[in-house]
This record gives sequence, structure tokens and C-alpha cells, in this order.
Amino acid sequence: MGKPDQNGYFGIFGGRFVPETLMSALLELEESYRHCKNDPGYWEELHYYFKNYSGRPTPLYYAGQLTGRYGKAKIYLKREDLNHTGAHKINNTLGQALLAKRMGKKRIIAETGAGQHGVATATVATLFGFECVIYMGEEDIKRQELNVFRMKLLGAEVIPVVSGSKTLKDATNEAMRDWVSNIKNTHYIIGSAVGPHPYPAMVRDFQAVIGSETRGQILASTGKLPDYLLACVGGGSNAIGFFYQFLEDQQVQLIGVEAAGRDFNPGNHAASLTGGRTGVLHGSLSFLLQDHTGQVSPAHSISAGLDYPGVGPEHAYLKESGRVKYVAVSDSEALKAFELLAESEGIIPALESAHALAYLEKLMPLTTTEDLVAICLSGRGDKDVAEVSSFLSARQEVEKL
Amino acid sequence: MNGIDQSFVHLNTGKRKGMIIYLTAGDPDLETTEAIVIEMARRGVDMVELGVPFSDPVADGPVIQAASKRALENGVALQDVLNLAGKLRSRVKIPLLIMSYYNPLYSYGLSRFIDSASYNGVDGVIVPDLPLEESEVFSRNLKKAGIHFIYFLAPTSSDTRIMKTVEQASGFIYCISVSGITGARDEISAEADILLDKVRSMTEIPLALGFGISRSEQVKSMRNQANAVIIGSAIMKLVEQGGSREEVAGRIGVFLDQFKS
Repeated sequence: MGKPDQNGYFGIFGGRFVPETLMSALLELEESYRHCKNDPGYWEELHYYFKNYSGRPTPLYYAGQLTGRYGKAKIYLKREDLNHTGAHKINNTLGQALLAKRMGKKRIIAETGAGQHGVATATVATLFGFECVIYMGEEDIKRQELNVFRMKLLGAEVIPVVSGSKTLKDATNEAMRDWVSNIKNTHYIIGSAVGPHPYPAMVRDFQAVIGSETRGQILASTGKLPDYLLACVGGGSNAIGFFYQFLEDQQVQLIGVEAAGRDFNPGNHAASLTGGRTGVLHGSLSFLLQDHTGQVSPAHSISAGLDYPGVGPEHAYLKESGRVKYVAVSDSEALKAFELLAESEGIIPALESAHALAYLEKLMPLTTTEDLVAICLSGRGDKDVAEVSSFLSARQEVEKL
Repeated sequence: MNGIDQSFVHLNTGKRKGMIIYLTAGDPDLETTEAIVIEMARRGVDMVELGVPFSDPVADGPVIQAASKRALENGVALQDVLNLAGKLRSRVKIPLLIMSYYNPLYSYGLSRFIDSASYNGVDGVIVPDLPLEESEVFSRNLKKAGIHFIYFLAPTSSDTRIMKTVEQASGFIYCISVSGITGARDEISAEADILLDKVRSMTEIPLALGFGISRSEQVKSMRNQANAVIIGSAIMKLVEQGGSREEVAGRIGVFLDQFKS
């Protein structure tokens, strides 16, 4: 561990590739975070809200029905979907909001794709009394009306982003522009383990609660560590939080599942680690979907939360070091897993989490009944049912023909 | 001697504030960019920044974002901008700078870029998302090739950062007039004067003030710490209005004339 180094590097990945105007804010944030990280009072307060507001610890559930379907390793689900607001995102927004409060900031901004991070940010802004502005691509606003309504209900201003591809990447650009312009009173809550140092490390530390609870829970119930951990990777915050406490346990195989979208042609997937090359976007050097001249390519995934052309720098490092294996599953594989979990366990997973579940098809045949597989169920799928329903009916139409 | 250094010596002798113009290369096409630069050199513009279009220009306001988008739709890439610089080098004497976000340079290969920039007669390189902490090696290697890496300072830069930056800087320092993104504003903020005073007290290196400058009154009311002003969005707005190559160049000529008296 001990990563990143003092300049925010995980090996050759990470860093701070931002305009000069932002540097003072990043240095201030780094200093404040360093201070809070060593302050037991800060963690006590954060854990108070984890427990009493968000409902942590979340259960580690033995999925007996799903296990029965495969008849191989025992499958456990880390139920991050049971958090307040329905996903792991709140772990990070609570952590950063408490930090912003200590830094004396009055205003919170965030980017959002599907709206999950936007909702989690609007929620903590209300809780702690911040003014809140959420940037969201115009395309995503159309696709996620309900989440836009939730954010507004929570008192946030939602600003449609019409630049570029009008999705998450562009919402992030716009949030960075806002931050450059309002740096003195504003804190920018990035929603994933991406961005310039110290964000990737800070977001990881807030999400690490997922893995540390899992470790304790699985040891308590089975007396041993899991053999495999599976998590979906868009920007990579739930995965890094899930994996972090297991990095030193070499016997635990860590697998990150990216979105292979429709196919592996440019513009049709969101698999930065398995289908991209190194580059700089939103402040850090990592893997990136881009054309041969270094222009960032649009990403695609059926899951809006994975629909991002970059990925956190620590994942890039873990890929290069070989500690984590990264794979990708397609939109249709994820949809199958979505349906499978709903009908076997009565749990509707987020489409993001369904990507991790989908990899069971490939992994399970390689396991034995003695093995333990733990999956991060990063969010619940209520937000996705409309999308899935229209997708499935479209598929049925095609099948009729 | 590097063209930027020569230019500032010349400005200093004439006791005149320099004018640096930013253009997004390839908007509406590379030929028009070329025609505009030639017209600007004729009208006495002191230096030109050729902007490499990028898909995600986080330091730029709406005008340059739109210009970048149009240039990208024309398929303009870093290599085209380097070639354009080479072409212009034989036609104008004023210093040429390349302004690019980092990823196109990184993707091209940094040492390959330095070789090509040097070959094409580029005098300076500006990278808005490569701060002091990330630029040490690149800046040193550019310097070896006789090219200045231009550092930024902002109203938010601390004294320590200003000190470190002036130690590294060469050519000139790009002082950002506001905590914000590029784009025309009505007035030059008080923060700009404070920044210029502070930086001037620490270094003799030329200072260029940019972001938000669009009108001659702003420049005329400026006190003396800045050796040059940088104008970008106001020019790209004139390009955006369209028309023939001659019309665009002529329109920019008229705009520039207001700064003369």
C-alpha cells in the first residue's frame, strides 16, 4: 500500500493535470484531507453518519438461490444497494461533504451521469446545509427524468450541459469550469475514484469501508477469506473500495468488470482498461478511450454509470502490476444477469452491478464448491427498470421478426 | 535568439505593450487560419498562439469550445497545426506558439513533438492543463530545443508557487486575469493588478495578461506591469461570424485597429 506518492502517483499513473487556477484548491484540499485523515474525530463523525444516516454496515448476503443455479462456488453479495439513496455513492459524498464543512466551503458542485451521484450529493448538501449545483448532460437528463426530479426535490439546482457529447464526460468538464470560476467558496465532489490528486486516493479511502466490512463479515461467517472478488468498473470507485482491503491478500483474486457495450468498436463500449490506452483526462494519467490523435472518444454502455471514457488511475496501476484482472462484459450479458438476479434472489441490481454479476457465467465453471465468491452489488436497479423494460421489449420485437 | 525573446526586447525598446493573439487552428479551416495569421502579422500583432483543438477543453469558455469543436469536425489534429506553423514560418516573422491541452501532445509522443515543433520553427509551447508540478521534464527538453515552455500564474497562485514558477519560467509568464475560464468580460478584475504587481516584484521576466480581454479600453486602462495582452475568444467570435477568407481576415483587421491609437 502507501500509494499514491506525494505527487499523487500510483506508479506512472495519476498526477494533477489541471489548470493553474485549480492548483491552489487541490493543494488546499490535499492538506485538509491529510489533516482529517489523521483526525479520529473526523472518522468518528463520518461513521456516525454511515451508521445512522446511510444504514451501514450493509449486509454481506449469501445468495443461496444464485449459488444453486451454478452449483459451484458459494456466492456472496455485498449489499451496497441497501445504502440510503440506493448505492455506494453516499459513502463518498458523506466523506467529502464533512470535509467541505471543515474547509468552510458554502457551495457544493458535482457532475452526474445517470444521476446516482447527483442524488447522493444533493442529499448530503441538504443534510449539511450547502448550496448545491449539479451538472448533468442534456442527453442524460432526458434518459433519467426521475433522478432529475429527485435532485430538485432535494433542493439542488440541476444545470443541463449541452457541450460535447452531452453526457457524463462533458458534465465533468462543466463542473471543472465552474470550480475554476468559484474556487474560493466551492467544493467539487467528484463522484468516482478519478480526477486529479488527491481525489482518487480520497474517494478510495471513503469507499474502502465496503471492503473492510466485507473482510470482517466473510471471516465471521465462513472463517476464511474469499477466493474471488468481483466488482464493476466505470470510474472505479466501488471496485477500488471493495478491493482495497484485500490488495495484500495475494490468495484473493480480484476481478474488475468493465462495460463492453454493444461491441469493441470505438464509440460502442466503455472499457477503458481493456480497450483503451494511456492518456490524460480530467486531471489524471490513466487508461483512456481515445482516437489516434489523442481526442477523447465517446463511450457507450447500457449502464449510464459505466458510460465514461476514463478510469481511476489506481486501477490503471493495478492492471499494470497484474494484481487485479480486468475483463469486460457486453450490454446483453449484463441484461441477462440483471434478469437472473431478479428472478433467482428477488433483488433487482443496478445495471452497473449487473456487469459484475454477468462475469459469473465465465468465472463459475472455473470454481469448485469449496470456493467463495464475493460480488459488490454497488447499487439497486429501480432507476433502470424503465430502460431495461424498453430494451427487452425492443429485443422481443426483433425476435418476432 | 528565440523569437519570443527578440519580440520582447523590441517591445521594451519601443515602450509598447505587446499584443498576442490566440487562434483555434482549423476553424473554419486551416487555410483561413493561415490567412488570418498573415493579416495579423501585417497589422502589427506581436505573437500568435495556434490552438490545437481538443475534445475536452476544460479551461475554455463557450466561444473557444465551439471553435475547437468545429476544427475537430474538420479533422484537424496536432500534426496539421505543426505543419501550419512550418508553412507560416516561411511567410511571417512574428513568433509562433503552439497552445495545446496535454493529451494530444502525450498521444503524439513528447520527444517527437519537440522535434517537430523545432523543425517547424515554433518559439513557444503553452499547455493549460500541465501545471508546474507536471511539466519539469517537458519544459527542460523544450528549452534544450530552443523553445520556451510558457508557465501560467493565476490570482489563486500562492506566493510559494509564484516564487517556484518565476525560477523556472522563460519567454514570458501567462498571467490569468480572473479565477475563471477563457471568454470576454467587461472589465479587468482587481485581482489581475494584484497578481501582476506581485509577480513583477519577484521577476523581470515579461508578463502577458490573458483571459477576458476583448476591448481596447481595457488595454488602455491597464497599468504598466503587463508587457503584453493575450486576446483569444474575442477573435474567435469574429471567426465564428463566417464569410470568405478575406472577409474574416478583414473583420479581424478592423478589430485590431481599435487597439492601435
